[in-house]
Amino acid sequence: MTEGIIFSNLHDDAIPELTKVRTMASLPFACRYRLIDFPLSNMVNSGINSVYVVTTRNYQSLLDHVGSGKDWDLARRSGGLKVMTPYMSAFAGTGIARFNSRMEALKSITNTIFNMTSDYVVLSDCDGICNINISDMIAQHERTGADITVAVKKMDVTPEKAARSVIVESDEDGRITEALIRPSRITGEHDVNINIWVVSRRYLQVMVHDAMARNLTSMSRDFLARNAAFAKYMIYRYDGFYANFSSLQDYFACSMSLLGDSGERNSIFSVKNHPIITKVRNSTPTKYSDDAKVKNSLIADGCVIEGTVENSILFRGVKVGKNTVIKNSILFQDTYTGNSVNLNCVVTDKNVVIRDYRTLSGSESMPFCIEKGKMI
Amino acid sequence: MFNKKECVAMLLAGGQGSRLYALTETTAKPAVPFGGKYRIIDFPLSNCVNSGIDTVGVLTQYQPLVLNEYIGNGQPWDLDRASGGVMVLPPYQAKDVQDWYKGTANAIYQNLNFINRYDPDYVLILSGDHIYNMDYAQMLDYHKKNNADCTIAVIDVPLSEASRFGIMYTDETERITEFAEKPKNPKSTKASMGIYIFNKDMLEKFLIADAADKDSDNDFGKNIIPAMLNSGARMFAYRFEGYWKDVGTIDSLWEANMDLIGEEPVFNLHDRRHKVYSRSGARQPQYVGDEAKITNSLVTEGCEIYGEVINSILFSGVYVAPGAVVKDSVVFSDSKIMEGAVVSYSMLDHDVVVGKNAVVGKDRAEGVKIAVVGAEIEIGDGKTVEDGAMIYPGAENN
Repeated sequence: MTEGIIFSNLHDDAIPELTKVRTMASLPFACRYRLIDFPLSNMVNSGINSVYVVTTRNYQSLLDHVGSGKDWDLARRSGGLKVMTPYMSAFAGTGIARFNSRMEALKSITNTIFNMTSDYVVLSDCDGICNINISDMIAQHERTGADITVAVKKMDVTPEKAARSVIVESDEDGRITEALIRPSRITGEHDVNINIWVVSRRYLQVMVHDAMARNLTSMSRDFLARNAAFAKYMIYRYDGFYANFSSLQDYFACSMSLLGDSGERNSIFSVKNHPIITKVRNSTPTKYSDDAKVKNSLIADGCVIEGTVENSILFRGVKVGKNTVIKNSILFQDTYTGNSVNLNCVVTDKNVVIRDYRTLSGSESMPFCIEKGKMI
Repeated sequence: MFNKKECVAMLLAGGQGSRLYALTETTAKPAVPFGGKYRIIDFPLSNCVNSGIDTVGVLTQYQPLVLNEYIGNGQPWDLDRASGGVMVLPPYQAKDVQDWYKGTANAIYQNLNFINRYDPDYVLILSGDHIYNMDYAQMLDYHKKNNADCTIAVIDVPLSEASRFGIMYTDETERITEFAEKPKNPKSTKASMGIYIFNKDMLEKFLIADAADKDSDNDFGKNIIPAMLNSGARMFAYRFEGYWKDVGTIDSLWEANMDLIGEEPVFNLHDRRHKVYSRSGARQPQYVGDEAKITNSLVTEGCEIYGEVINSILFSGVYVAPGAVVKDSVVFSDSKIMEGAVVSYSMLDHDVVVGKNAVVGKDRAEGVKIAVVGAEIEIGDGKTVEDGAMIYPGAENN
């Protein structure tokens, strides 16, 4: 049996424009999803039905999204979804311990960790989009008798990218020989850690114990990099679609890459027996009026389109008014645009209202982002 | 022990819907898809939930598999309750009698034990053949205010069509004085909508008497209502003024779908005050391609549109290839319209494939009839399906 742990708040600072009011895990993506849908669906599709989601702040939107977990079949008497909110004991005084790393997050749920009985634990962050077969990864972990198996993707690394990543070197058997934490001046093809790990449960418990005893805070630095020579750490190569967001530009570019030829879209959303599951909102079908002109766009249900939409992504319940032209833009849930509005390279957060005759434009390298609930 | 419920709803969903032909070949009428992502039964079920009624018995008989699967535990309608909720009630074998439901009244009679578990004061009888949004709580208030034994929802129909309905004659207080089932020369335009509220004790008494009568058709309209009226019971008509449509025929089902589109739709699904709930899965968003053209249509998640869609309703996962045209049509889930094919004035059931350059139906005009293609039929490349055609699932027509 395997259990899962998802870290909802790590990387919260990556896209401050959109994560000021939410966790990275509840960041909307691709018309109807939130980033946590990807690790959650990956786990559920691989038969993991006990999942802990660790939070530390800003988690209302996350709680609203995952609810009891029933959309993922995780509303269960035994196992199921458990959201671990920050824990403040009666004797803790005024401060709430906040964490910024996976090890610190694990230390905040030590009771849960030490009570786990499964053979393996899957750890996943929420900053990446992929459709990965975790069963296969667990099978490899079991076969090789590894302590930790790290999912990696071979990527062409730029110095900027390297400075935000953990790059893993391994021998011909896939055993990790070295882990470089946010290295500088590295380019070319490298295996990059995509923040999905399988850890043997006993090993995880010992790690957390060790980290508490010696005040260690980073799994990558204090364990993966330091112990590679003594412990058995293996890579698992994932070669499907992967995108991770470390800035608004990344987010915008990745969203736009879903448009056009259906290749990239299908490699995430149409993988056989691996659907990406999300909360069902019960929207109506989308209504196209007589004057609607829509091209190369992804549209969620519940929209009403009376104008022109090109190369754009509309979330649920978006209204596009008459003579309005929306190009190269991403409009979050319930964005309302009046008549004769012009948008180009704009990202609107939820419930934004853009009144008649407004023209707004950003550029592809710097999309113009409008905060949640603002009226223009 | 069961909690007491003030009102229990009983939804008659056993009808075959024989006038929907190919569309009800393997599906009960209430489970027939409607409006892009709904099924007919979503409307009465959502009305119940929106009216605060949380205990619903669904009486099934004809082809119940799809319907049972669809209702499941009632979760999409928030009817997965510890107390009450939705319960599918098929005919069953009892110690002395083993019978199908012989009529609408007999179906309720055989399930009096279900009703009595909740000790309700009122029973609401509904049918699964109509598209409408209605607040049953208002009707129940009206029933209580009149101190009525039975209240029947009525809607004004044109006098010319009144002979197709059960017609109520009332006095100035809306008390029903006479009832005529499909009268030849109707003098009133108050047509029964097949929605009844009964005081439970009164209903039970009449159902038991009706079951004992060997000559009875065991039908609400033909037997129970006239018998009650003859006994002098206080029966009132409740006027409903809103959209209500019987979708028992191909033409009316098509029309009701078309009522959802247009500048000011006759029936507005996008009205957020009346949410209609349905069971829907995890489909990816709809993708509209570079050369696509969609006007005056409803399109649902999972669709991929590269061709032209005009005045049509597309259910989830429909594929319209480049150069294909869908016009004045209703296309159920996961059907595929291939390159150069033309579908006009037609209804396609789920998983139909219309091959390249094939033609289904004819442009809508005077005298042209709707073409219907049953589930999982494959129309070969370049083939033609005439207007008015009715292709049943499994047919070797292609």
